[in-house]
Amino acid sequence: MTTALPSTEVLPAAVKDETTTSYAKRKLSSPWASLAALVIAILWTLPTFGLLVSSFRPERAIKTTGWWTFFSDPQVTLDNYKAVLDSEEGAGLGSFFINSIVISIPSVLIPLTLATIAAYAFAWIKFPGRNLLFLVIFALQIVPLQVTLIPLLTLYVDAGLANTFWTIWLSHSIFGLPLAIYLLHNFMREIPASLLEAARVDGAGHVAIFFRVLLPLLRPALAAFGIFQFLWVWNDLLVALVFGGGGTEIAPITVALANLSGTRGTAWHLLSAGAFVSIIVPVTIFLFLQRYFVRGLLAGSVKG
Amino acid sequence: MLTADTNAGKIGLMIAAILLFAAVVGIILFIATLFRGRLADRFTAYIYLAPTLIMLAVGLVYPGVRTIYQSFFNAAGDAFIGLGNYETIFTDSEQLTVLRNTVIWVVLTPFVATAIGMLYAILVDKTKFESFAKALVFLPMAISFVGASIIWSFVYAYRPDQANVKQIGLLNQVVVWLGGTPQQWLLTDWLNTFLLIVVLIWIQAGFAMTVLSAAIKAIPEDIIEAARLDGVGPWGMFRFVTLPAIRPAVVVVLTTIAIGTLKVFDIVRTMTGGQFNTSVIANEFYSQSFRSDNQGLGAALAVLLFILVIPIVVYNIRQLKQSEAL
Amino acid sequence: MFGLAKSRRLRGALAGTVGVGLVLGAAACSSSSDSSDDDTASAASIDCAPYKTFGDLKGKTVSVYTGIVTPEDKAYKDSYKPFEDCTGVTIKYEGDKSFETQILVRAKAGNPPDLAIVPQPGLLKQLVATGKAVAAPAEVSANVDKFWGADWKAYGTVDGKFYAAPSGASVKSLVWYSPSEFKDAGYTVPTTLDELKTLTDKMVADKKKPWCAGIASGEATGWPLTDWMEDFMLRLSGPETYDKWVNHDIPFNGPDSTAALDAVGAYLKNPAYVNGGLGDVKSIATTTFQEAGLPILDGTCSLHRMASFYAANFPAGTKVAEDGDVFAFYLPGKDATSKPVLGGGEFNLAFADRPEVKAFQTYLSTDTWANIKAQASQGWISANKGLDTSKVSNPIDKLSADLLQNPSTTFRFDGSDQMPAAVGSNAIFKQMTNWITGQDTKTTVDNVEKAWPAK
Repeated sequence: MTTALPSTEVLPAAVKDETTTSYAKRKLSSPWASLAALVIAILWTLPTFGLLVSSFRPERAIKTTGWWTFFSDPQVTLDNYKAVLDSEEGAGLGSFFINSIVISIPSVLIPLTLATIAAYAFAWIKFPGRNLLFLVIFALQIVPLQVTLIPLLTLYVDAGLANTFWTIWLSHSIFGLPLAIYLLHNFMREIPASLLEAARVDGAGHVAIFFRVLLPLLRPALAAFGIFQFLWVWNDLLVALVFGGGGTEIAPITVALANLSGTRGTAWHLLSAGAFVSIIVPVTIFLFLQRYFVRGLLAGSVKG
Repeated sequence: MLTADTNAGKIGLMIAAILLFAAVVGIILFIATLFRGRLADRFTAYIYLAPTLIMLAVGLVYPGVRTIYQSFFNAAGDAFIGLGNYETIFTDSEQLTVLRNTVIWVVLTPFVATAIGMLYAILVDKTKFESFAKALVFLPMAISFVGASIIWSFVYAYRPDQANVKQIGLLNQVVVWLGGTPQQWLLTDWLNTFLLIVVLIWIQAGFAMTVLSAAIKAIPEDIIEAARLDGVGPWGMFRFVTLPAIRPAVVVVLTTIAIGTLKVFDIVRTMTGGQFNTSVIANEFYSQSFRSDNQGLGAALAVLLFILVIPIVVYNIRQLKQSEAL
Repeated sequence: MFGLAKSRRLRGALAGTVGVGLVLGAAACSSSSDSSDDDTASAASIDCAPYKTFGDLKGKTVSVYTGIVTPEDKAYKDSYKPFEDCTGVTIKYEGDKSFETQILVRAKAGNPPDLAIVPQPGLLKQLVATGKAVAAPAEVSANVDKFWGADWKAYGTVDGKFYAAPSGASVKSLVWYSPSEFKDAGYTVPTTLDELKTLTDKMVADKKKPWCAGIASGEATGWPLTDWMEDFMLRLSGPETYDKWVNHDIPFNGPDSTAALDAVGAYLKNPAYVNGGLGDVKSIATTTFQEAGLPILDGTCSLHRMASFYAANFPAGTKVAEDGDVFAFYLPGKDATSKPVLGGGEFNLAFADRPEVKAFQTYLSTDTWANIKAQASQGWISANKGLDTSKVSNPIDKLSADLLQNPSTTFRFDGSDQMPAAVGSNAIFKQMTNWITGQDTKTTVDNVEKAWPAK
């Protein structure tokens, strides 16, 4: 519909009625732009769609024909999901859900809170060594998880914490902090200093400034990092395996998924169903949090 | 109070942990308010940073330093061999292939993923289907690496070109539909590395899109208004308004994806096992440390990752300095 | 070190308190000690006497960590029940596909399980080197002397100290085929290597691609080729040379080694012979080992060399028997009289010497357990001489068990499993994969030799 308008020649008077942003959007819209968006969307969705179709196909069909055959010769079965979810006969993935949730919530809240406080200090408080410390933390992102396994686990064993949720929470928090601080710091710097100055003049302390001025503005950034950290934790296998080792009591759904195919190797029919069971929670959370992204970071603030 | 067996117990434990953490944060914020005077800000900053710094020192700095130390030792970690491991990395032909691949990964992935994420964010911005459209590209991020490797197995899979055998890989099926013969994609040197990179781009574009979309929405409307009144076209709008405004976010996204790319090994490990000349440093580090029992070489490869990130750090320092100067 | 000692003591104290509580609870029902006999129909009743000497173990727990996951884990858990009933010990079983790397991390960090089921002697050595493993108790040692040959005991021995008793075993020198295809086409099972070659050529003359193979296995891609090479090494150069080769007393790039790999190449790198139903020679590299033998069922492949445990990979409903859909024959020796058998196996390595762990180790080293386990599972056998092969119901298990116990066979353990990790679980896999995708034999053996760690 937008393409019908000769956008470059629209009279200013005609534009007055619509918002300026929709005008900017209209400028970028063309059949080609829509086509490009469509192509990206299809390319990005098609592989996952194939997996979704596969998860409803019988084992034999998955192994001998492509998933697109489904449309010419539809064979539907719920056996794969039954095998994955059933706690009597199958893998009982459902019972691992609770572990994943118990692992994920603190593993998101702790680094998010600590990183927000730290990023605030880096962005808005002047102190000696500020830039150096920030860069060191930034560079720590590169430390591969694997080099930390043995030293950290040794410490946990010494502390008597091995094989508990505590070690997983602590580890995820530690590993999430550098990126969280880096991202949140970058968002915080974007906030106009004048806003904080005004609050400071009014006599507000750091805590008051943070809660009254910054927090509302930071909500999109916190939601964004929150969902990323959640995804990393939810999809993590290594941390849970190493630090949570010791059986099914604390193993998350990824550990169950990894062992799903069992000794038979590539049990694609089970893995495809299992992958979709595991995806439900992150996608729901994304859809739920998306309104924060849509509202826009700092939209309406007085910059420029 | 360290463990729980029942589901209710687990959730109780989780709530207890969160409350404990909240109490710690409350105490930190409270202590920080106790400082008065000229140096108050300084103390506040250090108190705020204290928990973070302690956790990072224990969890990342100590293992990192330990790794650097180990990289000068032999496989068993009992004899000092100086730069021997580094010499191996830079002279062994297999290791040189690993370096070559890592460079291709780290150059291609961030730029392509960011470009696609940005393009998509701009294209779907404020359209009717924005939420849904964004969810589609975000979806790969929600899939674990295990899931992603299954998904892409269904794309790259190969079946021989003979009667009664049907393709199960999408890519080869497309080739067959176009009249070609199916290929063993993951065996072809160079091409296979690019095909593996596609998987990571597929995952990371969602990250780029989410962050950049938030940045695009933050562009003040008056700037767009002003540009519009100046008669700026769509390309000009992107070049002179959108891009400068979201530049910091673009830097953040490029940096994050670049570092993430350096660390990725799951894709290579699950799809080719690092065979057929597709290995990258992170995967080689894993296989040397955990399969070959060669601690020294594994550590040296990890240190190489630290070194490779230096240019990215330097670039960020310059960005930081620039913004300080403003 | 202090911290470690402290936490060990703490764990011991906790176990103690839990134990007291349970002893009181259990005392009430222990008056009817025969209750264990009838409450679990599946669990056979066993003689509890040998475990009384370890004291009162009620309420104690032994953790077992292994790479054996579903569905094979069930038979293990079931086979522990008689011991649990006897002693009141709880066995906590954890199966994990990343066992081989995780066990090293856990051992090094001081967080090992009580007992690990280790599938390779090479890994066993690495674990002992961490200093966390404990030597096998005298009872276990005595059982192993009684029920296993000296060679098996040697695989569980590191630097002259006996650590781990053998558990399961598998026979690798098998070729899977379709009995009905053999019957219809008039093929006969070969008894010498020459006959195998003749059979293969006959199949080619019948316009077939006789062999199918696949070596893809994630990060361990390439391992099935090492089995091929070991089988031919054993056949062409004999067991003595094989041992020298495994222990690196002769170089990996010597003439015997080259001859063995070339002999493998005569089959697997011959485009007329492979890769039935799966593609060309190179497709061996990308086909997973689990899928590689399935074309036999479709009739697109006739022969697949793979271990006895491959039986589990055929879809449910496939009849694995001499008169069924698929079966296996012994990969013949150079002549009909020599019967070299390549195999593998697991070992029970303990990291704790608490009485309940010792008692459990003892139970696992008995003929009683071997028989209970073999009857509870499909596709599992042991080299335990007390294993009653007549009671093994599964035909392929019976074939394997007979091969293991046949006095005329010469058993050798998988060589790459015993080589240092840098070779046995890395270089050799990589080089073999390169070899099947085009690298020549000389470069391949030279590169493996180069990767051998300096002694």
